[in-house]
Amino acid sequence: MLVRRWESLILVLLVGVCVWAALGVDGFANTSNVSFLLLDTTEIALMALTMTFVIVAAEIDLSVASTLGLSCAVLGWLWNAGLGIELIMPICLLVGALCGAINGLLVTRLGLPSLAVTIGTFALYRGLAYVILGDQAVADLPAAYTSLATRPLVPLGLVAVLGVGAAVLLHATGLGRAVFAIGANQEAAFFSGIRVKRIKFWLFVAGGAMAALASLVFTFRYASARADNGVGLELAVVAAVLLGGVSIFGGRGSLPGVLMAVVLLGVVRNALILADVANEVLNFVTGLLLVASVLAPNLGALWRRRFTSQQEVS
Amino acid sequence: MAVLALSDVSKSFGAVRALRGVSLKLEAGEAHALAGENGAGKSTLVKILSGVHRPDTGQILLNGSPVTFGGPADARHAGVAVIYQEPTLFPDLSIVENIFMGRQPRTRFGRIDRAAMAEQTGRLFAGLGVELDPEQAARGLSIADQQLVEIAKALSRDAKVLIMDEPTAALSGNEVARLFGVVKALREQGCAVLFISHRLDEIFELCQRVTTLRDGTPVAEDLIADITPDDLVRRMVGRDLDALYPKQDGVPGEVALEVHRLTREGVFTDVSFRVRRGEIVALAGLVGAGRTEVVRAIFGIDRQDAGWVEVGGRRLRPASPTAAMAAGLALVPEDRRQQGLVMDLSIDRNIALAGLAEVRRGPLISRAAEHARAQDWAVRLRLKFARLSDPVGVLSGGNQQKVVLAKWLARKPSVLIVDEPTRGIDVGTKAEVHRLLSELAVGGMAVLMVSSELPEVLGMADRVLVMHEGRLVAELPRASATEESVMSAATGRTAA
Ligand SMILES: Nc1ncnc2c1ncn2[C@@H]1O[C@H](COP(=O)(O)OP(=O)(O)OP(=O)(O)O)[C@@H](O)[C@H]1O
Ligand SMILES: [Mg+2]
Repeated sequence: MLVRRWESLILVLLVGVCVWAALGVDGFANTSNVSFLLLDTTEIALMALTMTFVIVAAEIDLSVASTLGLSCAVLGWLWNAGLGIELIMPICLLVGALCGAINGLLVTRLGLPSLAVTIGTFALYRGLAYVILGDQAVADLPAAYTSLATRPLVPLGLVAVLGVGAAVLLHATGLGRAVFAIGANQEAAFFSGIRVKRIKFWLFVAGGAMAALASLVFTFRYASARADNGVGLELAVVAAVLLGGVSIFGGRGSLPGVLMAVVLLGVVRNALILADVANEVLNFVTGLLLVASVLAPNLGALWRRRFTSQQEVS
Repeated sequence: MAVLALSDVSKSFGAVRALRGVSLKLEAGEAHALAGENGAGKSTLVKILSGVHRPDTGQILLNGSPVTFGGPADARHAGVAVIYQEPTLFPDLSIVENIFMGRQPRTRFGRIDRAAMAEQTGRLFAGLGVELDPEQAARGLSIADQQLVEIAKALSRDAKVLIMDEPTAALSGNEVARLFGVVKALREQGCAVLFISHRLDEIFELCQRVTTLRDGTPVAEDLIADITPDDLVRRMVGRDLDALYPKQDGVPGEVALEVHRLTREGVFTDVSFRVRRGEIVALAGLVGAGRTEVVRAIFGIDRQDAGWVEVGGRRLRPASPTAAMAAGLALVPEDRRQQGLVMDLSIDRNIALAGLAEVRRGPLISRAAEHARAQDWAVRLRLKFARLSDPVGVLSGGNQQKVVLAKWLARKPSVLIVDEPTRGIDVGTKAEVHRLLSELAVGGMAVLMVSSELPEVLGMADRVLVMHEGRLVAELPRASATEESVMSAATGRTAA
């Protein structure tokens, strides 16, 4: 119920911002700008898909952007070493999955909080990226792929296909139900025969692999593999997920909401850039949106929580 | 004059009218019982008296003058102490800290007086016969121990009014007797008591007066001396009741569950027994005897240190509820809020949660199958609800318990383990649940029942296993199981 109300709010906001930008911002409402701005959200959208699962399960993964960077570094390094790109891409995906598996093992086997674990691996994976590639940029990537990645339909098609798949998985399958149950009451989920640890582990693995997939899109889109690719993206991803109505406490949220939030954040940023808003103001506004996105939906949750905890004392 | 009273109070939650025109007077030195079926509005009334809810209409009268409780703190200041139906301890705080939450005694220098806290807690626990370490964290306490801590917390206040919403639901005879001793002493000192229980004998033992609610409406107020338990049941359910223990004799078949020398160090030792198809076996004992811990290990929640469990002749993988379920085991756990249900999730999704594979069409969950499964069991267990898509958290306590039962019965297990299956369930439905368990057993299910309610144990079980301090000390066939024989084994006076 409430989730749906929040989604509608995001949709209204999205439409509102689009109308405002179309009328008031020069150069916003044309196909090339719109496709550019959508293209620009590809990596965030991809990573937000798996992040939604992780946060609904009441965990978090702050290492995704670092995983992306590490995967870029591996790509650049192997390319320099002369490997074929068709071989490098699956290797990158494996590296991402491995990063996720390390997070998952630390969280599920050692019982450490994912916030602490992924702050650690956030530094670790990025550091490793620099060790591998230093500060060089590998730019002589095959044109077939770089042009593919800049053709909007390809990356957006990828997001669409994976988005639909993820939404079905989260909202219409047993796995999705299990993820919600884990986030809302892990103990009750365990008592219901749900393999809590195994599911959490695979959510982290999926998150890592998805970050690597995003790294491929990123590298080809910018035709440049660098160790610092995607610095700071984890915040954009988490912000989009929370703005999309996923509860930071777990157990609530929806994928369509998250995808709309990704687009909303992209549109706002794009419109502000076009409107020649000074960079400082831009950062301020994005920061504000981040804070609001963390606060607003969860303020609601906090209120509800206080309200229900009062009623549930009996 | 009444210490605390309600005058013509009504309260609705959306379309649900929980209370309509209820008046009630709590007199000093009198224990007043509140009776009614699950969902009749008892806990709602408690929460109005304790300032959690505001009445929509009507008044609260304190010593005859109207008051408004803005929140539980106001009620507390007015001298109202409450034991809520579901324990609400802070899991990470110690027992002492929980008892003195928000009103820690201070030393002369303004620091928290830990010595005074420990001393008072010691005295309270001695009075209640509780053997818990006050410095232990509340996390991991059994539901009965949690309830004992809640009781100590309420008693530690110098209350003029003591309100107890099903304080005994998880307690066995001994603890109840001790609690009643303490409450009677308070009552004699002039405290007004409001008491709720679905165990009618307790109402008749403790109280002088009883108010009965039906669907939120007060239907009668009687002096206990004037009525019989049957009268009270009639007032609650509006009809005569069938037998409370409609036990049919099954024919025991092959062994369905075998527990072999199961041990968890420091918790239980060397527990062996068998349950055959068609049998109801009860696991009796005092609170803390290790019954819940044994069934948790059987179901794979905890890992045993030694021994094993066989279901249908096949040894179970330890520490895996998933494997236990695949082998045909089901466990209705003791703590419905933490272990049984996901409070935010709807009724039908909770019921489906233990059988996600059974409500699938292809890879996807079928909403229709999920709904049908819940609908079927809601009817069979006479669940009181508005919509199956409502979060389970808004149901009354007894109705939540029914949802947990539904969730596991819907799986049609071959071995059903129930831990306090009728905790908080009203008499009418209790009879219904008993009839259901009996039917299931006759139909070939093996049932292992943990229960602190002795009449339930004696009324339902084909065999009674008694535990004492982590060991199985007696096995009594139905014919020789009596209140005396079970209690003497449970208190360790006889060894088998
Ligand atoms: N917060 C709430 N939101 C919606 N409905 C509620 C809420 N609290 C209680 N109700 C409804 O009000 C009715 C009375 O509930 P209440 O908890 O007072 O029953 P009860 O008499 O204590 O039952 P039990 O014996 O099962 O504990 C029930 O139908 C319940 O579903
Ligand atoms: Mg109640």
